[in-house]
Amino acid sequence: MRVVVASGKGGTGKTTLATALAQVAAETQAVRVLDCDVEAPNAALFLHPQWSSGAEVTRPVPRVDAERCTACGRCAEVCRFNALAVVGGAVLVFDDLCHGCGRCTWICPEQAIHEEPLTVGRIEAGWTPEGIDLAQGLLRIGQPMGLPVLRALKHWPPTTESASVSVSARPSPWIEIRDAPPGASCPVVETLRGADAVILVTEPTAFGLHDLRQVVGIVQELGLPAWVVINRDGIGQAPIDAYCAEQGLPIALRLPLERRLAEALARGQSLLAAAPEYRPAIRHLLERLRCEVSGA
Amino acid sequence: MKEIVILSGKGGTGKTSVTAALAHQAALAQPGRWLLADADVDAANLALLLEARATVAEPFVSGAVAVIDRDTCSDCGACEAACRYEALAQIDGRWQVDPIACEGCGACLDRCPSEALSLVPQTVGTCRRSETPYGPLHHAHLNPGQENSGKLVTAVKRRARAQAEAEGCAGLLVDGPPGIGCPVIAAVSGASLALLVTEPTVSGREDLERALATVRHFRVPARICINKADLYPEGTRAIEELGAALGVATIARLPFDLSLAEALAAGRPVTAHRPEAPVSRALAALWTTLQAPLGHTAGSA
Repeated sequence: MRVVVASGKGGTGKTTLATALAQVAAETQAVRVLDCDVEAPNAALFLHPQWSSGAEVTRPVPRVDAERCTACGRCAEVCRFNALAVVGGAVLVFDDLCHGCGRCTWICPEQAIHEEPLTVGRIEAGWTPEGIDLAQGLLRIGQPMGLPVLRALKHWPPTTESASVSVSARPSPWIEIRDAPPGASCPVVETLRGADAVILVTEPTAFGLHDLRQVVGIVQELGLPAWVVINRDGIGQAPIDAYCAEQGLPIALRLPLERRLAEALARGQSLLAAAPEYRPAIRHLLERLRCEVSGA
Repeated sequence: MKEIVILSGKGGTGKTSVTAALAHQAALAQPGRWLLADADVDAANLALLLEARATVAEPFVSGAVAVIDRDTCSDCGACEAACRYEALAQIDGRWQVDPIACEGCGACLDRCPSEALSLVPQTVGTCRRSETPYGPLHHAHLNPGQENSGKLVTAVKRRARAQAEAEGCAGLLVDGPPGIGCPVIAAVSGASLALLVTEPTVSGREDLERALATVRHFRVPARICINKADLYPEGTRAIEELGAALGVATIARLPFDLSLAEALAAGRPVTAHRPEAPVSRALAALWTTLQAPLGHTAGSA
């Protein structure tokens, strides 16, 4: 079962909830966490993994052989992203604009264009002390597009061996938890693709509600079942409950606004360490997901 | 004209609340001299705090999506072989484009032997201009799930700059998106100063470091504002040290103050809603402090 934790608005508590879900799930089953917020990955700060594998992520960019190129401009003509331009009898390539579709390479009548890998980020993977298989993507500074890193992360094979924990020894089925990036554009969609269920973490403020609507739009288009978790309950008066009722979104959990919790999380404590009283509610949420999504 | 962009790396640190308060302070200090832009087009929230009204909207068309003509398609699957984005899938034996995965590159058009594919321009969102008591606001709405948010950010900034220049404004305040990718790069480009709003949490610090590296990569001078600074004093010190090591000054420490949430519920800048609140006083002082790196003397035009 693949579950995405998303929110629209940043800072609503996605990572707090995703890591708590992973820790509770790890008590009874094999758990994998993918930190899909490649621009600002934070799950590792709360789960303390030991990185044991990783790889650079590259995307293909065109390179022009000046000897063969006649500057006919066919490549610049077909590129929908304006990543190639003919300037003063030579072709200039703008790597940051290139989407790596490959079109220029096969359209070139002189076969003067080939592709080379450009490093755009990195994947890191390893085990946490409680036996969670954690992998994160890191977008390289200055690189505009996180999607290639996110796609590589989704294809990253599970880390199979752990020094202390054997995955096969776990009795219950496997769960993958994806911590989504904020917003509601392409990286969020890519995180949601291939998932089985979504948990939407929001806060009862005008911002929380506005941004929640954006993500609900995507979730509904993808036809995914979703549950809402209200964090910082009590901070505002936005009608989240009414909106959820209208959209048929069940509210699965409410976490009240407490300075004590905010302080503990600021120090890097996990939600469960700071507030173990939420463990039964989180366990209940996992059980609901298991029953209603996988039918197990 | 000066351009201040408010960023953070991590989402939810208070960028928009700070931008709204600065917009209010700018309007008090130099009425009609500052323009506002919301560059967080995925989650455009600034209008919610600025009593925005009289919105002018215009569709934003960018990029394209491939469309298959059912009558000409022979279902040979050549399109799928050409596509690098897994945007073609076979449903009941017939090939279909997943418009969400399609990046509109046109590679499938080259390979289709029956010319059954075409590219159709996409409306990915709306550019908007609203009037607010604190000056005109340029913002946008990205349709959920769309790409090209960086281009939409650029469009918002271009419109705001054009108006600011036409009206001889002193500057532009830009509420930025979270993260470090394409929309952030679009928001930072051409800015005179980046104000990074962070919080003294382990994740706030980690994400600030990456955001600062991004801002430096584009050679934009930066300053740090720590929100909820008293929540975890040790974390606040760690952020100040990180900034100092990189030569970036921390110029504001805002107290944890529920007035921010109250102002948000009221839909107003906190400095207008509760001018006497501790956080409002700190934000008013921040506006004054910001004039020096912009090359202004406090309160001058």
